[in-house]
Amino acid sequence: MGWLDRPASDTQISHRARLWLYALGVLVLAFLALPTLIVIPMSFSQSQYLEFPPREWSLRWYEAYFASPSWMAATATSFKAGFCTALLATPLGTLAAYGLHASRLRFAGIAILALLTPTIVPVILVGIALFYAYVQLKMVNSFLGIVLAHTMLAVPIVMMIVGSALKSFDLDQERVARSLGATRTQAFLRVTVPQIGFAIVTSAVLAFLTSFDEVVIALFVSGGDNATLTRMMFLALRDQIDPTIAAISTIMIVMTSLLLAVSQLLGKRDD
Amino acid sequence: MTAGSIHAAAGPAGDFHAAALRRDHWRERLGLAGLAAPALLLVAVTMLLPVGWLFSLSFLDDGGALSLANYRRMLAEPSYTRTFVTTFEISLATTAICILLGYPLAYFLSQLPRRIANLCMIAVLLPFWTSLLVRTYAWLVLLQRSGLVNSWGMKLGLWSEPLQLVHNTGGTLVGMVHIMLPFLVLPLYGTMRAIDRNLLRAAASLGSTPAHGFRTVFFPLSLPGLTAGASLVFVLCLGFYVTPAMLGGGKVTMVSNRIANDIELFFNWGAASALGVVLLVITLVVLVLAARLSRGADLFGTGH
Repeated sequence: MGWLDRPASDTQISHRARLWLYALGVLVLAFLALPTLIVIPMSFSQSQYLEFPPREWSLRWYEAYFASPSWMAATATSFKAGFCTALLATPLGTLAAYGLHASRLRFAGIAILALLTPTIVPVILVGIALFYAYVQLKMVNSFLGIVLAHTMLAVPIVMMIVGSALKSFDLDQERVARSLGATRTQAFLRVTVPQIGFAIVTSAVLAFLTSFDEVVIALFVSGGDNATLTRMMFLALRDQIDPTIAAISTIMIVMTSLLLAVSQLLGKRDD
Repeated sequence: MTAGSIHAAAGPAGDFHAAALRRDHWRERLGLAGLAAPALLLVAVTMLLPVGWLFSLSFLDDGGALSLANYRRMLAEPSYTRTFVTTFEISLATTAICILLGYPLAYFLSQLPRRIANLCMIAVLLPFWTSLLVRTYAWLVLLQRSGLVNSWGMKLGLWSEPLQLVHNTGGTLVGMVHIMLPFLVLPLYGTMRAIDRNLLRAAASLGSTPAHGFRTVFFPLSLPGLTAGASLVFVLCLGFYVTPAMLGGGKVTMVSNRIANDIELFFNWGAASALGVVLLVITLVVLVLAARLSRGADLFGTGH
């Protein structure tokens, strides 16, 4: 056990003197990771009370989920909304980040601040304000309404990710391409976009997840045939702990992890 | 190419062309900035206008006349004061617990070799990207009367009756800390990684004990990251809705829950929007103070 007394860091503290730090670090990591992961085995439990470890394994909560027309409709709405949000927010956010970065105007700072407001304003305010506006415009419970709202939430996220990628990109490369005869658009599409491609893909994935996971706005402005999955989950949980939601949660955790893993792998290949 | 260099290259005979080039240059820059127009339009239409419209309601009384009745009622009714006090208490407690758990974790991670630290980071990032609803649900399942925490606690003989762990302030705090912890750890970890290790070696070689070196060298250098992370956590806590609604069991009313109740149960738009105005003003004040405090540190962290 000689390693215990060897210096552990630049302050020359020994490992023994800070064993507590290692223990605390591992405990906090467990606190962060385990609660979500533990839902996965529980969702395969036969019992109504979601035991861990399950005494009897079964797929009944998955069957309940896939057999329910309302859960399926809500899932379809959420996927469609997420997809449309990514499709809209990615180009909007990328163009805004690129344009404001390349223009180097003094007013760009104000525009960036305005575009970041959706991350600052408490989401409950956006939710009820949009509800109020949509009532006047007869857009409550409409698919367009939820997509517009989610796109507005996702644009700043796309902007932050693409913007930080642009900071390490040398715009002179575009000037070289244009001096060799490329148009502005060609230079952007064939020189800039391939190099910030990873950031764009990542931001599209996060735009999708922003919409797919969003609860509060969906609670106020979605409903009827266009109720989202999160809205249904939230309302179901207010009354009782429905075990079907454990199955849905598992699917969502697996989906999120896969999406992020794939986007990370794509990025690794680029380097 | 800048406007200055165009001008210099043109010479006295080329003033006319120089002016044309400069015009082109400005037109191009404005055109580029114009690429942000669609995004700005969307944010204006779906966010700035509706929120502005909502806020204007707070200055009208029931009859539609201009008045401060909504704000006067907020000051007069103790239940509103209680809502704000609850919001501050919960936000402060969450931030404090996040600091107590997050600082040692970030320090622990910053001391590990980069490869292992990146692996451990998955444990921080996994909850960060998992749906907030899913995580809140997980706590609901774990903390309920027949839940895992209660059954293991009783099995280990720590307590004999199932404890009320959720549908109260404690349950809400556990859920909120779990959700906010990555927001503190990510910027803090970035700051700690950037600290020059040679400074600590210098302190040690000059005779400082490990604790003293940490306190006088490392801790002050990590402070910008800590203030950035902590203020982000505090601000985000102020606007929490889902977690107190699900884990608080109706006993924890934060400002957001109060706003929703005013709309859903009482259709009182004036009261709700007055609460919204105050909530937004407090949020902005905290953000400005935080930016002052942590000047130079990136509020959105380096973890993205």
